[in-house]
Amino acid sequence: MLTLQFVPYAEIEHLESDARIGRLLNIVKDNKIVLMQGRLQPEEETLLIQHTMLSIDKKFSGIEICTIFPEERDLQFFNKMRKEMGKMLVGNRDGITIIGPASVVKEIKRDPKKMQLFTITPRFGSRASKRHAARRSSSSSRKTKRRR
Amino acid sequence: MIRFIRNFIKRILNDLFATKGNLKIGLYGPPNSGKTTLANRISKDWLGEKMGAVSKIPHETREVQIKEKIVIQHKSKELTFNLIDTPGIATKIDYEDFMKYKISAKAAKQRAKEATRGVIEAIRWLDDMDCVLVVLDSTLNPFSQVNITIIGNLAARDIPVLIVGNKTDLRKANVKKIENAFPQYDVVGISAEKGKNMEEFYESLFRVIKGR
Repeated sequence: MLTLQFVPYAEIEHLESDARIGRLLNIVKDNKIVLMQGRLQPEEETLLIQHTMLSIDKKFSGIEICTIFPEERDLQFFNKMRKEMGKMLVGNRDGITIIGPASVVKEIKRDPKKMQLFTITPRFGSRASKRHAARRSSSSSRKTKRRR
Repeated sequence: MIRFIRNFIKRILNDLFATKGNLKIGLYGPPNSGKTTLANRISKDWLGEKMGAVSKIPHETREVQIKEKIVIQHKSKELTFNLIDTPGIATKIDYEDFMKYKISAKAAKQRAKEATRGVIEAIRWLDDMDCVLVVLDSTLNPFSQVNITIIGNLAARDIPVLIVGNKTDLRKANVKKIENAFPQYDVVGISAEKGKNMEEFYESLFRVIKGR
């Protein structure tokens, strides 16, 4: 089963970059695909990669990430200014970001205006299926501990 | 706004204290795009020696490598710089992927461990660069998030960028696609392995450095 978790921008806008990245990465490590409103800052994207690299172990092999956002090339001066002011006041809520665990999302193909998500369906008995099962059981045991 | 002020101060300090020989040019890009092959080509063209090992297995370069004081000349102009070859930036590293290249599980795990450290190190070096050559495999789709993240970060840090579409000797190569993906940047198509179009590459490099 594939789980998508929507993260509205309002949920993370008050967080510092580290906490924001931590929140997103925790969801991904629970084998869920994050659908985030808006996009991370370029520096936060590299921070996410660094945190991901530090988290890689037997059960977690990394992430697939993709951001899609509206083209702003042909905006007129005043529209551009209005948009920039909006970004300064309420943050960059344009576009959508998808982050998924590499064990579930094999590849995200991106055209400027289209995303294609290729997921992994492990064959029964294969090494990938065993790893997938191990990740599932570890994430569910984590949840049980949390409930307790 | 804070980023703009920070970059402005950094630029002024760099201009005040930088000497000609301290210019740092970094090679960035995803794994297996040919960064080290290009580093070797530049190093061989101007110093007569190679810089690092290349391989078909991804993440061959797992540590930052530096070649100091490379002096290149082009049309009576001269440029002295330190060339910094960085490990490929990736969002996932699975040791099982290395085992497809007939590497033992133990060696694959070690390679994966070193590769994760390499990615972190490459990102840390971003702030130190004066100019970056983003090396992309021109046979692949340029709209990958890693490419967008690298280029977005360089733009945010106000670092001059030259995009190099490598492997143009291959049938599937499409430099036009890279140009369409990043229309606001200089793009040059080369084959670092075969030494194809290196003249235009050096010319573009001079242009980007001059516009810095």
